[in-house]
Amino acid sequence: MGTRVGQKTVRFDKMPIILSTAAVAGNAEKTGPYGSTFDIVFDDDLWGEKTYELAERKMLIKAIETAMAKAGLKPDDISYLLGGDLLNQIISAGFAARQLGIPFFGLYGACSTMAESLMLGAMIVDGGFAKYAACATSSHFATAERQFRNPLELGTPKTPTSQNTVTASGAAILSSTGDSTYPAVTYATTGRVIDMGINDVNNMGAAMAPAAAETIISHLEETGRKAGFYDHIVTGDLGTFGSELMLRIASDAGYDMTANHLDCGVLIYQGNELMHCGGSGCGCSASMLCGHFINSMNQGTIKRILFVATGVLHSPTSALQGESIPAIAHAVSLEMGCGS
Amino acid sequence: MDINRVLDKKNYQKYVKKNMPKSKFLKECAMAFLVGGLICTLGEALDDFAEYTLFLDEAGIGTFRSAVLIFLGAFFTGIGIYDVLGRYAGAGSIVPITGFANSIVSPALEYKWEGYILGVGAKLFTIAGPVLVYGISASVIAGIVYYIIGVL
Repeated sequence: MGTRVGQKTVRFDKMPIILSTAAVAGNAEKTGPYGSTFDIVFDDDLWGEKTYELAERKMLIKAIETAMAKAGLKPDDISYLLGGDLLNQIISAGFAARQLGIPFFGLYGACSTMAESLMLGAMIVDGGFAKYAACATSSHFATAERQFRNPLELGTPKTPTSQNTVTASGAAILSSTGDSTYPAVTYATTGRVIDMGINDVNNMGAAMAPAAAETIISHLEETGRKAGFYDHIVTGDLGTFGSELMLRIASDAGYDMTANHLDCGVLIYQGNELMHCGGSGCGCSASMLCGHFINSMNQGTIKRILFVATGVLHSPTSALQGESIPAIAHAVSLEMGCGS
Repeated sequence: MDINRVLDKKNYQKYVKKNMPKSKFLKECAMAFLVGGLICTLGEALDDFAEYTLFLDEAGIGTFRSAVLIFLGAFFTGIGIYDVLGRYAGAGSIVPITGFANSIVSPALEYKWEGYILGVGAKLFTIAGPVLVYGISASVIAGIVYYIIGVL
């Protein structure tokens, strides 16, 4: 059973392990520096489907199926699927669950969904309610553009603070049993919704940075750990400017993370100037975690990370009505050598 | 930890505004001038072609020029080039009539999956709609003003 260690943080005493993960990604991600870490990649945004929405759903299903296959499990073995995406009524996750037939919790944490699903999945597994749980999320550049922004072929320039929605999906299978050679979920820190009054929808990094800083600092305070305890503190999609802001806020509060902070949004398109401040979307942190970071943990090159997925909880309607952008960040601590 | 205790909203917003990456104003203006100018030069060339080769009258020249530019705007949107141009040219490719064609064709392409009535039909003017509404309204007001001046 878990133990509450602070206002926002719980410890998982049984330490559910991440049995397997899978990441699926599109073309822009494939040609980026982490292209080789994804299990499945595809070139065309439609991926042989009739609509982009269908392509996104296919990504999510493939990610979950691949993660299950790696663990040697079938849908019937999994007690819960926890997932969500960016589309209205989280249709990618809901329709994927329709096909897979696994009992389903639909989540909406915007781009923080991967950490949210891992946290809740770990609570379910640690609480003894499931042997296996699947946590998954996805985002697709084209579906997000048409829902949140403009038609794809509209010729308007992007602002320098904008970020590009990542076309990718990630899935992780949590298990109640497994040895210490697997990464374990040890702590979870649930974020509060923070709103600093930023209302520029093209500057989400600035909206999310304070939420990320609060969650990370709360985690360190409540666990009594130092920032340096982790090989990396991995934020989801703050982007280059958002990362700068987060590090600045943290350093003003007395926490220096410049040495070990990484941001999935910065990493995934590194070197690609067209992406301005970097990547964003549920699939950004999900594919980087389920690809590169978990792979590196399994290979032993990194031992401990604090995974902090960040999301904004506005909608096009709230933005048009002049409301500012509320943001959230959830943190899960993943460590090697802890499984039970 | 409560972020609201260490971070003041107003100060944070000010800090963000001051430090956020800014548009490269001069470079973007130059690109907009260049591309917008080229599109307008093409319009002039079409005018000359209509006048000296096709021997059209003044109304015909205007119609010919607009029709060809709108066709080109729509065509390059359809083959996926206009949005790439727009990324670099900004207002240079948005403001001319080719940009207007782009703003109609891009939703037409985008919403075909939702059907021809509630998809294309309903969303066709999502971008151009406001321009039409206020453009036409302004022309009506201008017409009334002209009429009143004429009567007086």
